[in-house]
Amino acid sequence: MIKDQRRKERIDRGIKVRSDGIYAMMSWRELTYLVIPRLVLIIGMLILPLVLPGMYWQRVITITCIYALLAISFDFLAHFVGLVCLGGAFFVGTGGYLTAILNTSLGLPPLLTIPLATLLGASLCTLLLLPCLPLRGVFFAIVSLMYPLFAMRVIEALDILGGTDGIIGIDSFANRWVEQYMVIGITLLFLFGVRRLVNMDIGLVFRGVKDNDQAIRASGMNITIFKAIAVFIAAAMGCMSGACLVHIYMWSGISQFALDFSILPIAATVIGGGGTLVGPLIGCLILVPISELLRDFGTLRIVFYSLILVGFIVFRSEGVMVYGQRKYHQFERWTRI
Amino acid sequence: MQILIYGTINSVALALFALGFAMVYGVSRLPNFAHGALYVLSGFITWTLINSLGLNYLISIVLAMIATGIIGALIYQFVLIRIRGMEISEIMASYAMGLAILEGLRWGGFKGMTYTLPAFIEGSTSIAGVSVDYQRLLVVGIGAAVVALLWLFTRYTRIGLALRGMAQDERAAMMLGIDSDLMAVVAMGFGSMLAALAAICLLPLGNIVVEAGYNVLILAIAVCIVGGLGSWVGAVLSAFLIGFAQILTVVYLGAHFQMVVALLAIILTLILKPSGLFGRQKELEERV
Repeated sequence: MIKDQRRKERIDRGIKVRSDGIYAMMSWRELTYLVIPRLVLIIGMLILPLVLPGMYWQRVITITCIYALLAISFDFLAHFVGLVCLGGAFFVGTGGYLTAILNTSLGLPPLLTIPLATLLGASLCTLLLLPCLPLRGVFFAIVSLMYPLFAMRVIEALDILGGTDGIIGIDSFANRWVEQYMVIGITLLFLFGVRRLVNMDIGLVFRGVKDNDQAIRASGMNITIFKAIAVFIAAAMGCMSGACLVHIYMWSGISQFALDFSILPIAATVIGGGGTLVGPLIGCLILVPISELLRDFGTLRIVFYSLILVGFIVFRSEGVMVYGQRKYHQFERWTRI
Repeated sequence: MQILIYGTINSVALALFALGFAMVYGVSRLPNFAHGALYVLSGFITWTLINSLGLNYLISIVLAMIATGIIGALIYQFVLIRIRGMEISEIMASYAMGLAILEGLRWGGFKGMTYTLPAFIEGSTSIAGVSVDYQRLLVVGIGAAVVALLWLFTRYTRIGLALRGMAQDERAAMMLGIDSDLMAVVAMGFGSMLAALAAICLLPLGNIVVEAGYNVLILAIAVCIVGGLGSWVGAVLSAFLIGFAQILTVVYLGAHFQMVVALLAIILTLILKPSGLFGRQKELEERV
């Protein structure tokens, strides 16, 4: 028998307990405790384009937000609905091509093409993924990974939609401030929107689908319909990021179905902490600038972030955000058993 | 006739791609997304051994196979074993490892058309009026030999029987004293060696390119899923199914559609019958 055994004990901070209920409204201290982390994020994101030097880094922030949208959509599907979708690129590509077609063929301005492409693209993606929705776990993951690859090969083989050259001559945003704040605004809107959504009644059903779908079935609800709604929401985020991307680069091509758009958001989610929804955004804020800094090393940066991803999955699967939340809400001490 | 001969060759090639993947999945339920990377890696190891160290072709083949096997086993032992049973983490971690290997090779300067392995035997012959080079015939021979050897191995050797026991029922195997972690490592090692064998047989037919890694992975997944994940018989049979389907589309539609066939096969199989033609998954495990 080892006598002097110790273990780490984690206890919620008093202020966390006090600010859990509606009574947090009674005191400024508790209100600040609740509001400060959110305000830091919102204000930080809003002033980021102002403090960053040069157009290059401002563009990086825009791209970061686009990846963050994708990462949030992945996190939502994986950790709240239980559908691990490895094919985020499919949403980006669909949204991107739809925007390109709407803009070049019908001549619609960006303000119309983005919402239209989002809604149409999300409906299209949901329809195409509908047959796979009953699949579980690894089967859905594999089939969703195949969708963007399939789309890519079909476009290549049939030489439609501009073939390997893609569609060029798409309008850009009015100026770079519009572009920046639109993308940042959309990201924040979706972030807090989805956070709200998963705490509503329908969010409860989503979590039920993930944890115990038979119980949902026994309650007389159709699992596939709820999965379809969730995929529609996630696909809307993906398509919107694709639509913004196309307007930023003024070009749409098969590289929008490329694996980058599937892998980087997943890596960001793992690093930031899955299941928190803010985590993916933070993960993107870490990963995308690093990958820009490493651009000189060519494909070595893919090696680099693959290894980070493996390291986080294997050794620190909770992620940065969960760790941060724990430190913020709880204190730790050693106790003797 | 041409379709028959080249279809057979293509099918055997697919079976070679897929056997390693099927073996790893069958034993340890690990969808090894680094399979394609190991395939390309072994090609480059062989190339380096021959051209940089000046070793004999046969010796470098054997060395490359052993090296790839060890690398596969090490990846499993030090990385993947920690997330065993968490399917999604396994997919992402093994895929990221594969990506790291492939892009690392690309960064290391292995790109372009300059890397080729010599064929075992040069020259060609004609069967029923269709000219076939010896290397392709050899592929068929080696493929048949590998399938036969695997069959014998899993029925008449202790390790083979242990692997099969693991594949059938892991808990029962553990009760009989089979070390399941060790066997999973061994299976990964053998799977990687099979990938290396496939690479060594098939790479002399073309150039060694990094992109092949992704295609091999997709083809291996396609074959395994159509045949039923974890079923070795199914893998061989579905290799013939997809192999002939590919050759038929190449002949009647065009070479661009070769990959589309494989991807379509994956998507359709998963939608219609996720356990594949010969899978033994229970219905509730795969879909609601």
